[in-house]
Amino acid sequence: MGVGIQVEDLNAWYGSTHTLQDINLHIPANHATALIGPSGCGKSTFVRCLNRMHETNPIARATGVVKMGEIDIYREASPVEIRRRVGMVFQRPNPFPTMSIYDNVISGLKLNGFRNRRILDETVERSLKQAALWEEVKDDLKKKSGASLSGGQQQRMCIARALAVDPEVLLMDEPASALDPVSTSKIEDLIFQLKTQYTIVIVTHNMQQAARVAENTGFFLNGKLVEFDSTHKIFTNPRDKRTEDYITGRFG
Amino acid sequence: MPVKPAVSVVASPAAEKTTPSSPAPVSPVREFLNTRGSGRLADTSFAALMLACACSIFVIVLFIFWILIQNSHLSLAAFGWKFFTREAWDPVSGDFGALPFIYGTLATSLLALAMAVPLALGVAIFLTELCPRPLRAPISFLTELLAAIPSVVYGLWAVFVLVPIMRDTLGPFLVKTLGWTGFFEGANFGVGLLTASIILAIMILPIISSLTRDIMTAVPHSQREAVLALGATRWEMIRIGVLRNSRIGIVGAVMLGLGRALGETMAVTMVIGNHPEIHKSLFAPGYTLASVIANEFAEATGDLYYSALIEIGLALFLVTIVVNAVARLMVWAVTRGAPSRAS
Repeated sequence: MGVGIQVEDLNAWYGSTHTLQDINLHIPANHATALIGPSGCGKSTFVRCLNRMHETNPIARATGVVKMGEIDIYREASPVEIRRRVGMVFQRPNPFPTMSIYDNVISGLKLNGFRNRRILDETVERSLKQAALWEEVKDDLKKKSGASLSGGQQQRMCIARALAVDPEVLLMDEPASALDPVSTSKIEDLIFQLKTQYTIVIVTHNMQQAARVAENTGFFLNGKLVEFDSTHKIFTNPRDKRTEDYITGRFG
Repeated sequence: MPVKPAVSVVASPAAEKTTPSSPAPVSPVREFLNTRGSGRLADTSFAALMLACACSIFVIVLFIFWILIQNSHLSLAAFGWKFFTREAWDPVSGDFGALPFIYGTLATSLLALAMAVPLALGVAIFLTELCPRPLRAPISFLTELLAAIPSVVYGLWAVFVLVPIMRDTLGPFLVKTLGWTGFFEGANFGVGLLTASIILAIMILPIISSLTRDIMTAVPHSQREAVLALGATRWEMIRIGVLRNSRIGIVGAVMLGLGRALGETMAVTMVIGNHPEIHKSLFAPGYTLASVIANEFAEATGDLYYSALIEIGLALFLVTIVVNAVARLMVWAVTRGAPSRAS
């Protein structure tokens, strides 16, 4: 089951660029939360701060408090422990080309030394079904390389890979931006299904997508969280003029 | 002004902090993962181990340097730093200097690079960009096979094949066409700086070309497509899309080739003539730092002679360091300010 995320005074830098400024928000458990905003506004940096991927860049640093459930992830846990509990799906599908589909999906378990064959088999089936890919690949799970799938299938496999470790939070950084409409709608259906069991944070450039899948939406601009509210409110009656301009397409 | 939403909203209004209706049981996978430690100890010890590996290189280099200094103290005391600029090499009267050897080493290595680099780039470009697929593997295999031949075999081949060619065909031809430059004068016995350079070039060709090929293969296909789509010819695509992206790696490959050329001993000793003199003519016999050690170490009678030979080793060590430093500086000067490839 998912956990909520409490973010307090989060600041992030790339070198001397202040990419996130004083972010405060609460992401509720077992719901989908969308983050929108123009390119370079800090949404991706924000999600990368939620699993401490931001700090893997040597010139990047972050300050502030991010609480995942009861745990302050910057003070009470190592990045490794946090990332075991938080799944991430990237903008471009990144399958491991030297692994079969099966091995791709369980790679998160394998690297932790999980060896129970029966549970591994079950996990592969469960996660691929959750990612709506099972029917398409079940016959050549161990025969085909993960990279031999189509782009949309690869991305769903990457989602299955993230789900295989049964995470509490699922971060998705523009998961459908490189995909065709059919694959995109499959992934949106998926998010719709998954959000009852996982806390999902999804970065998107596509406002219809935010409206379709997320209960809450945050609007980022120039490193600041301009507005965070229920998706309905953001898209029908935003408080801030800048949000209104953005969602009506007047800029950005 | 009323807001016209650009999108239709179907999501229901947000619920705050709802508790799940039924507390799902923790899955076996989650249960297992939660028992896993932070790996902090393992990560730290791994980092420490890797640091130790990296440090061992410094230790080994310093150790070699120290031993060389230690064993050449007699010669260091007798000639000081002047040793590196003296031309004399007279074991009988105990008069030693390293300059002819440094000259021989640098001249043969740089000449070898001048010949090998264009050839190696050609091979690499052909293999990655132009070669028909079925030919690719055999040609790659053959280039790598060149690297596996022992250097004494190269030396023998040079003595029996290259030396006669130099003496009877290539030498006279060079005198006729390029004799006016002054680089091809005097008696041509087939052995000398030029022959040594050619054999060195052949020996460093495979290492440079196979490394360069690997680097070029690693350039993403999308870079080639981006250049081609701008209306570039094949050559322009190779220049902008491939060579430009791999230039730092190519310099690294050339450096490795140069390192091998500077230290190569056996084949060079067999064809360079072994005469410690500095001549402008490339037909003249020469001597390299590595060759003189190999040739004379066994017969080094007398402590000063022995010590001088060790100092020749020190000179080779320093020449290698200086050449590498200069090369790095050149690369830095050329690429300074230019955008590097973000990784």
